[in-house]
Amino acid sequence: MAPLPPLVSVNDLHVYLGESHVLQGISFDVPDGGVTALLGRNGVGKTTTLRALMGLVDRRGTVELAGEDIRGLRTHRIVRRGVGYVPEDRDVFSSLTVDENLRLAERDPEPRYDLVYDLFPELRQRGSQAAGTLSGGQQQMLAIGRALLNDNRLLLIDEPTKGLSPLLVTEVALALERVSELTTVLLVEQNLGVVQRVARDVVVLDTGRVVHTGPARELLDDKPAIHRMLGVG
Amino acid sequence: MSTFILLTITGLGLGAMYFLIASGLSLIYGLMGVLNFAHGVFLTVTAYALWFTESKLGGVPVLPRFLIAAVVGLVVAVVFAALTELVLIRPLYGRHIEQVLVTVGLALSVTALVTAIWGSDARVVVAPSWVGETTTIFGAHIPNDRWLEIATAVVVLFGLEGFLRRTRYGLIVRAGVENRAMVTALGIDVRKAFTLVFMIGGLAAGIAAVLYTLYSTTIDPQQGTSLVIFAFIVVVIGGLGSIRGTLWAAVIVGLVQQYANYYASSGLGDLSVVLLLGIVLIVRPGGLSRSFA
Amino acid sequence: MKRVAIPVAIVVVLALVPKFTIDIPYVFGGGLNTPGTLQLLALCLLFGGLALSYDLLFGFTGLLSFGHALYFAVGVYMAAIAMTRWHWSFWQAILVTALVGFVLAVVLGAVSLRVGGIAFAMVTLAFAQAGSILVLKNPYGWTGGEEGFGTDYHQLPSWAVGILNTKYLYWLALGYAAAVFAIVRWAVNSSPGHVWQAIRENELRVEVLGLKPYSFKLMSFVLASMLATAGGIIYLLLLGGANTQVTTASFTLTLLLMVVLGGTGSRWGAMIGGILYTYADHRLGDLSSSHAVSTLPSVIRIPMQQPLFILGVLFILVVFFVPGGLTRIGQVGLRLDRIVRKPAVQE
Repeated sequence: MAPLPPLVSVNDLHVYLGESHVLQGISFDVPDGGVTALLGRNGVGKTTTLRALMGLVDRRGTVELAGEDIRGLRTHRIVRRGVGYVPEDRDVFSSLTVDENLRLAERDPEPRYDLVYDLFPELRQRGSQAAGTLSGGQQQMLAIGRALLNDNRLLLIDEPTKGLSPLLVTEVALALERVSELTTVLLVEQNLGVVQRVARDVVVLDTGRVVHTGPARELLDDKPAIHRMLGVG
Repeated sequence: MSTFILLTITGLGLGAMYFLIASGLSLIYGLMGVLNFAHGVFLTVTAYALWFTESKLGGVPVLPRFLIAAVVGLVVAVVFAALTELVLIRPLYGRHIEQVLVTVGLALSVTALVTAIWGSDARVVVAPSWVGETTTIFGAHIPNDRWLEIATAVVVLFGLEGFLRRTRYGLIVRAGVENRAMVTALGIDVRKAFTLVFMIGGLAAGIAAVLYTLYSTTIDPQQGTSLVIFAFIVVVIGGLGSIRGTLWAAVIVGLVQQYANYYASSGLGDLSVVLLLGIVLIVRPGGLSRSFA
Repeated sequence: MKRVAIPVAIVVVLALVPKFTIDIPYVFGGGLNTPGTLQLLALCLLFGGLALSYDLLFGFTGLLSFGHALYFAVGVYMAAIAMTRWHWSFWQAILVTALVGFVLAVVLGAVSLRVGGIAFAMVTLAFAQAGSILVLKNPYGWTGGEEGFGTDYHQLPSWAVGILNTKYLYWLALGYAAAVFAIVRWAVNSSPGHVWQAIRENELRVEVLGLKPYSFKLMSFVLASMLATAGGIIYLLLLGGANTQVTTASFTLTLLLMVVLGGTGSRWGAMIGGILYTYADHRLGDLSSSHAVSTLPSVIRIPMQQPLFILGVLFILVVFFVPGGLTRIGQVGLRLDRIVRKPAVQE
């Protein structure tokens, strides 16, 4: 019930990985502005959904970004439409320095280094350090930072708090709050505390299908539903 | 002692040429995942373009004649490499086996074509006489082409490192060797880097071919293929995708070949290189460097 | 029953060829039962079998080897050396060749298979190159170096000598092709054979099941190599001598060409590829020196002098448009990585 048309509209999306029918015709919308959380147990296809949106896997079905059908576009073209991606394994380039990692990600004529260094001052300090020698938390900052450099209208973020200490989780949540003020985010996250803090809407997957969509508040208040669909609580 | 020095410098000269050929192969495989069997024919077309141009410049004095022919050879190498990537490799993006096979087909076809047009006998290349003379160091009489090979390899090494570390495309290549998909996820069309890397590989191979004509003074259609097999061995020993590793491996292979050929017996040098490959693979399957897919 | 009937019928028909006096113009240089044609047919069948032995490794077990020709060369050279240089009898020569071939395959296979994917391909290439160098070096004068050498025909059985006996060699080649076909068929359908195909699909899964891929791969490697060595002996009989052509890298690569041309990993593909390639190679060679061709403009005439050029281009076209090979020409849109596993590269 967003006043604006959805930023992303997915319809009957199918993805096969090898023999496995990972996404079996999922449909959902990502409203413009705010954070939409993509939830579900391990292995239901959340990461695959993000990868499908990015064009990193072969997909069938309709995917629209701001009304444009991006189904046939190659990954780099999709990204150039204003999409930033923070993958589950961070995928920073270990043999490059922090500075080089950021520089590689530059697309806009005026990349927002101020914003990135403001959120993550360590990235400025460790500029000439090889990214492979950073800690897990620092790599996560780098991964988020480089997605923020450009004025993207959509960020796809995959489990940013995975494997981080509680202190770092809070830092990431803070960063996500700041980010959500600037751009639309589709966030895959298992940590419900973080979801509660930043998400406006949720989409829940179960074995390759969408089983629930709606406001975040509603779902998070519904303990039995959470237990049923996510297996926690 | 002087023999040892001669062998060492010759070994380094050989290693220099291996490095030039192998660096292109290593980059191409590291970035694109393509095992470029056609690399050998980059050498062949350069050599024959050089020889052909020379034969057309009959009246010209030797030094400019050779230089012009060398430039023509290099241009041919780069254009040929670019065309190979654009016409044969790019359309098969993502289909690694087909890409390898297509380079095999190209290698066989071009070698056959060259043999058909110019025959399988060796052709003589006219080189500046300075190249064939020797310089004496510590009692060893070193043929001058060895110095040229070593110097050229050093220059190319700096050039490559400069490209990789100081340019944006170099950055893209370094990142792409590590994780190609993530580079596209940053909005970069990594395929442009593919063509560039092929052209760099072609240029380096072309330079190696020009140097080799000075080293062996004759060319024949099969040379390219034989050289490239050694280059493959160097690449595997050094670790696919690593320039530094390729450099070390090239030097070691060149030296081992020379020493074994002399101190053991002729021909054993080549066999020792194969043995070296076997040993390295048993002890360290990733090659001398860490980056191995 | 039908699965056996068709191949058997084909073998029977082929066995009767030396009785036919039909003359098929252009296709063959003479009547079907002439020594020239029989020699060509024998070579085609021999390479059909050799290509299939290679496909056992490549198409069925997923091992991309660039050194298969080495074992073929061992068959050729070892038998030739034993008979001509050491003056051993024919059967002694065969025995020692089989032994050497076996030991070599086990040792080199054991080393090469320690690595996979690209490295394995490179190691096999390197070993084959080493063999080539060894042959050229002419140790003790045995291998004849660059020129090769002819077989001492006194050691050969009488039916294998002389042009009039070509039909016996033809039947021998036919027998070889049929034997390779039967052996590969049987091996692929046996339980190790199922493991090979599982290894081709997903080696990790095989390990998870508690099986050791290494020993199965080695099995496949040794079997394929020995089939190649056997082919080498027959090639020696057909040609009457050993030459360095079979040790070159090009020769190894042409095996790959044959297999992919025909269709890798399919029952008939490699064999048909080997037969067609050998036929085309010889006929194009003959054609290029014929009258009709000498009148063609040099742009067409010159490339034809090297059949490998035409075959190489054909190969490229096949890889582009019908990567499944000519026997799968109806299956549009097929990709080779659906048939053979990709060499170990993470995207």
